[in-house]
Amino acid sequence: MTGPPVVVPTVGATGGGIGSSPVRPDGTLKVRGEFAFSSDLWAEHMLCGVTLRSPYPAARIDGIDGTAALAVPGVYAVLTAADVPGDRYYGLEVADQPVLAIDEVRYQGEPVAVLAADHPETARRAATLIRVDYAVRPPVTDPEAALAAGRLVRHVPIRRGDPDATAEVVVTGEYQVGMQDQAFLGPESGLAVPAPDGGVELYVATQWLHADQRQVAAALGLPVDLVRLTLAGVGGAFGAREDLSMQVHASLLALRTGRPVRMVYGREESFVGHVHRHPATLRYEHGATRDGRLVYVRARILLDGGAYTSTTPAVVANAASLGVGPYQVPNVTVDAYGVHTNNPPCGAMRGFGAVQACFGYESQLDRLAEALGLDPVELRVRNAMTEGSVLPTGQRVDGPAPVARLLGLVRDRPPPPPAGPDPRELPGGTGGTTTVDQVRRGVGYAVGIKNVCFSEGFDDSAAARVRLELLGGEPTVLVHTAAAEVGQGLVTVQAQIARTELGVERVVVATADTTVGSAGSSSASRQTYMTGGAVREACRAVRARLLARLPGPVPERTDLVGGQLRDHAGQVLASLVDLLDAGPVEETVTWRHRPTRPLDPVTGQGDAHVQYAFAAHRATVDVDLELGLVRVVEIATAQDVGRAVNPRAVRGQIHGGTTQGLGLALMEELRVVDGVIRNGSFTDYLIPTILDVPPMVVDVLELADPHAPYGLRGVGEPPTISATPAIVAAIRDATGLPLTQVPVRPEHLTGTC
Amino acid sequence: MRISCVVNGEPRRADDVWAGESLLYVLRERLGLPGAKNACEQGECGSCTVYLDGRPVCACLVPAGQAQGREVVTVEGLPVGADGLHPVQRAFVAAGAVQCGFCTPGLVVAVHDLLERHPDPTDPEIREALAGNLCRCTGYEAILAAVRLAALRDGGDDGPEGRLRDGGDDGRPDQGRREGP
Repeated sequence: MTGPPVVVPTVGATGGGIGSSPVRPDGTLKVRGEFAFSSDLWAEHMLCGVTLRSPYPAARIDGIDGTAALAVPGVYAVLTAADVPGDRYYGLEVADQPVLAIDEVRYQGEPVAVLAADHPETARRAATLIRVDYAVRPPVTDPEAALAAGRLVRHVPIRRGDPDATAEVVVTGEYQVGMQDQAFLGPESGLAVPAPDGGVELYVATQWLHADQRQVAAALGLPVDLVRLTLAGVGGAFGAREDLSMQVHASLLALRTGRPVRMVYGREESFVGHVHRHPATLRYEHGATRDGRLVYVRARILLDGGAYTSTTPAVVANAASLGVGPYQVPNVTVDAYGVHTNNPPCGAMRGFGAVQACFGYESQLDRLAEALGLDPVELRVRNAMTEGSVLPTGQRVDGPAPVARLLGLVRDRPPPPPAGPDPRELPGGTGGTTTVDQVRRGVGYAVGIKNVCFSEGFDDSAAARVRLELLGGEPTVLVHTAAAEVGQGLVTVQAQIARTELGVERVVVATADTTVGSAGSSSASRQTYMTGGAVREACRAVRARLLARLPGPVPERTDLVGGQLRDHAGQVLASLVDLLDAGPVEETVTWRHRPTRPLDPVTGQGDAHVQYAFAAHRATVDVDLELGLVRVVEIATAQDVGRAVNPRAVRGQIHGGTTQGLGLALMEELRVVDGVIRNGSFTDYLIPTILDVPPMVVDVLELADPHAPYGLRGVGEPPTISATPAIVAAIRDATGLPLTQVPVRPEHLTGTC
Repeated sequence: MRISCVVNGEPRRADDVWAGESLLYVLRERLGLPGAKNACEQGECGSCTVYLDGRPVCACLVPAGQAQGREVVTVEGLPVGADGLHPVQRAFVAAGAVQCGFCTPGLVVAVHDLLERHPDPTDPEIREALAGNLCRCTGYEAILAAVRLAALRDGGDDGPEGRLRDGGDDGRPDQGRREGP
């Protein structure tokens, strides 16, 4: 490649250690518009890649002819499945998804061919000239029918206690969760550059560089070391970047044409270019004593995995193992199923199986409270899990589980003021359709549970390389990992940990790439735990090497503070500058959390999870019942984070996660009709605007988990989980309607559906 | 076609522009200004907000030809202080209003416009003014804090407590509680 080098973000950090909130090292670049996102990349002689996708959710392919497209001036390559040199199927857990369609398509939007041209419009127009002979088939779009037809991906049963237990008070319910989209703002995109050694350099926005590397190399038929990935700027992720999108396609085109190829999805393409949150149907039966003690829970959860497997097996396990929520229940029978249909593939989204279950069990708790004549918070508190509780999987909760306390915190928050006359603060907004006297106010509560890190015996590791050296006479730390900064602030956290461990102000966090070992995915609320843990261990290894440079005996306890090595009494033993005079110290560490075990396939018993995280919400809403409009007035959140490594980032996660839960409660659903997405644009798929989001008040508890680095607990997912049922509970409180489906639509409130 | 316009105070020219290209495409792909982002192509998300003759527009909705002879200011062209940042940009960094940052350039321009027109906006006015800018990461709380902070630095006379009432300045969780194991 000639011309200017590809710009990728490299960050240098300043500020404090853990427990403080230094400014983001990438913040200045981002506010100036200079941070290089994956869609901003450029290379000399670069071509533009586009994807031809199936318009049908199910069809046989009888032939593909790219001749006319290839004849268009400016078009350099047209590739189909026949041009995939290596494995033609890929997948995170099961390799069942074709790189490009092979003889059939199974969902609308499935990639069929890719094309490279010298202008995006040329590429788009030429792609329409690729002739594909489809024999359309009737799509399977009903998950119940799919289950009956044997299209099961995974069934996870949970059996605990007496399956025939009876109770004095019984409530049942069926609930539905719609298909939510992650709707990150930065579309799928990246740049593939052919390398002189026959390999490819791939600059891409992803959540897990090494999982991409493994799958791309397999598809290209190349050894892994010839596929080198560098993280480009990531415009949000939320689970949607765990599966591959354009990675293999751009690499294929680059290797075929010998030129750099950039691919950037548009919004409509993005809606078919990544997996979604599984839609779910949940049937629950809760039995309790008259004084409000849960006796049993029976549940059947059906999750639509769509056309390919993606992470459905793990989502099913989460829905099952967390299916009764953060409560003590002696007798549990849960069956969770994931199935294949011809709907869009579903996989990871923030909350990952726990979101769907929480809407079910929290709706049930409210129903049970009503049947018992109990306050909904009181019922939850009476049954709340605590440290030492045993989950339906038989796993004992061996860290703080302040479920009752979190509920108390949100309950005891002062209520927001009543609705006033300003139309901007009424459900109808500036349209002026709602008057104060029409408003009905409601308050609702919910609490949720989420597992942190990867579960079920997965070998979950993270690598970190830490180098301490003198640069310009000043001690400087270089932290290098493959962990994906997706917006959550991981670059800041890595630098904070290095400062705390090595007492050095100047820390540079290198751009993530595959020249260092895998960090695992930026998902499952795991990256501060895992990569944070790895950085901490690597720093400690560096410190041990430094101590070995001390002349004479090494004291038992030492501290590295302010560029000095001190003994436990504060006596200076050596300056870092002197110790580093002998040269840099570098250590690479691969770190693992404590092992987990698989779930028993028959009973669902097993210590499958690493850590649990809890959050509770109180939502206050105003409802205009005539027009079916809802305005969320305030949301209070309480969450235990173990240790707030970066308090500002913790708040940011809680605000953002809660807002995505609000979206699922009130507006966010991909409408899929006969397997075809009907609202794949930001005009039609609505995500919360600043007018939809209320003031959010936050209580953060820091109850240390003795098993986790610094006692920290994963933060990202819990606030998304309980926000949705809390808001729906508030609407039920305001209206008296049963509301068994999210998102709640106006017609559910007006009764006109 | 050829397009000549003033961008960030400099006369610029783009040759061989295809008639269907948007102003956003020309800025990003032909003039080397990738600050404005493309996230929806429909004017729904505000990520591509730039000034056209002093008025904020979604550059994705402006055909490039309409910029002929006119003045464009992008996020890269906002007036900055010695630290290279405009007070709005400084406030976004300080208040933690930046996570993934994809919406940030558009929001910075939108907030710049709001404060030019209305130096001391109330929260409902801020919400109304920014309703056309989607953010998926922050839940907007820190963005509100950033606007309050920027308004203060633009000459407001409230104390920081009045403007940063939700603790956005130091980023500490309000009501944070810490207990040892």
